Amino acid sequence: MTVEAHRAIDAVWRIESARLIAGLARVTGDVGVAEELAQDALVAALEQWPSAGVPEKPGAWLMSTAKHRAIDRIRRDATLSRKYERLGRELLAAEEGGDPESRMDEEMGDDVLTLVFTACHPVLAMEARVALTLRVVGGLTTEEIARAFLVPTATMSQRIVRAKRTLAEARVPFVVPSPGERPARLAAVLEVVYLIFNEGYSATEGQDWVRPGLCDDALRLGRVLQALAPDEAEVHGLAALMEIQASRLRARIGPGGEPVLLLDQDRGRWDRLLIQRGLAALERAVRLGPLGPYALQAAIAACHARARTAAETDWPKIAALYDALAQLDPSPIVELNRAVAVGMAFGPAAGLEAVDAVASSPALRRYHLLPAVRGDLLRKLGRWAEARSEFEKAADLTANERERRLLRHRAAECAADEIAG
Amino acid sequence: MRVLVLVKASPESETGQFPPDFKDLVSDMDKYNDALTKAGVMLAADGLYPSSKGKRVRFDDAKRTVIDGPFAETKELVAGFWIWQVRSMDEAVEWLKRAPFGGGAEVEIRPIQEQEDFQRDLDATAARAAR
Repeated sequence: MTVEAHRAIDAVWRIESARLIAGLARVTGDVGVAEELAQDALVAALEQWPSAGVPEKPGAWLMSTAKHRAIDRIRRDATLSRKYERLGRELLAAEEGGDPESRMDEEMGDDVLTLVFTACHPVLAMEARVALTLRVVGGLTTEEIARAFLVPTATMSQRIVRAKRTLAEARVPFVVPSPGERPARLAAVLEVVYLIFNEGYSATEGQDWVRPGLCDDALRLGRVLQALAPDEAEVHGLAALMEIQASRLRARIGPGGEPVLLLDQDRGRWDRLLIQRGLAALERAVRLGPLGPYALQAAIAACHARARTAAETDWPKIAALYDALAQLDPSPIVELNRAVAVGMAFGPAAGLEAVDAVASSPALRRYHLLPAVRGDLLRKLGRWAEARSEFEKAADLTANERERRLLRHRAAECAADEIAG
Repeated sequence: MRVLVLVKASPESETGQFPPDFKDLVSDMDKYNDALTKAGVMLAADGLYPSSKGKRVRFDDAKRTVIDGPFAETKELVAGFWIWQVRSMDEAVEWLKRAPFGGGAEVEIRPIQEQEDFQRDLDATAARAAR
């Protein structure tokens, strides 16, 4: 029974923690305090549920327990009373006249959205935003987040404590951003979610090429945002992008754990359910318009998803979408991708020309995909010796072990081509 | 992980009749589906027509026989399904407990075998066979 109860508590925590912390943060105005109170309630559940059983409405139980714990703390410790002054007043008022269930659903949704905005507040460093978002919105434990980012639990725990302190010290209010601030703040939220996704999708560090657990967490956050901010085109754009990219996860890994590139993938292994969800999200983004950077990237991903074979890919359309993306959000990496599409649409010579136009960009100097792309185009042009040296350069630059092996393999293939050619 | 949640048929669902408190049920179910969506759990959901609109194909060696519905074993029939994204079976169970069912209904959760799981199981079977 005890083991079962503990597992049930874990599951309840996953489901309820974001709403619980968000609801408490609304009352306390402080995410850190809200999280402590939620933890108190969790401890109470661990004490009581194994013998008393899981209550019928576990979310409401946790909420009212957290509030009672807060009142206890205030009564016990006079020095806390200043910190909790407002909370105390609100709680006592709520105790007299409120049914916690009555204001549950819609308002709770708004509270969770406010929680997302707060956890991704620009006052926090990027890695702090990521950690705090996974912790308070995603319902992950500190150990899980630490494992996902390959750092010791103590380090991650410190990072989260510091993030909460920074929010408190900067007196970041627990409110949704004003309409004027909203676009920038929303962009910050989407950036955090996409960063989590990408860390799972193409791990920058470590032994594994992908870490699907992180992709699932990011996807889930993206889907939550779709439900909480349904009128934002870019929210659907990002969801579409992640769904379509995730649809290829299992096709991206070969039998030996090595990466398989997009055009070499077995499309039968693509996840049709995720593709369908991605295309539907993209359609919503298009309907809401105008297309932002995420929706444009999703539109590009959709071109691949719609092609039944690699040969059927609509490369001119992809090149045009990269053009639009480069105008909206200019970056050497987008230009490099555009060059790849140009090469596919109009031949390797045109592609190489486009690559060389951005090759001198300082941002690409240590970017392993620049030589990898050049190598690919040179190989298609039959310039094997040059291609081989580009692949070797790329292999030296990547930090991912699996990718390095793939690039060395390509270099070796070029050497073989040279002998055969 | 993903799970398939199977809602079994009942005599009512099989006759296509709506119960008297139909409107309340639909509104409760809408609320529940909304909660699943807001939590990022819902991937897909659909209800099925009664088995009278269904067909079966029976396979005997080279022979194929088409059998028209309705099918008799009501409790074995599926009336609707969800596909959920959850972190564990425990989470799926916890979500399902919140669903607005009653009257002795039984709803089944089955983890979806992902391709990686299938490969692992296959390898394990092969390893056992080799021993």
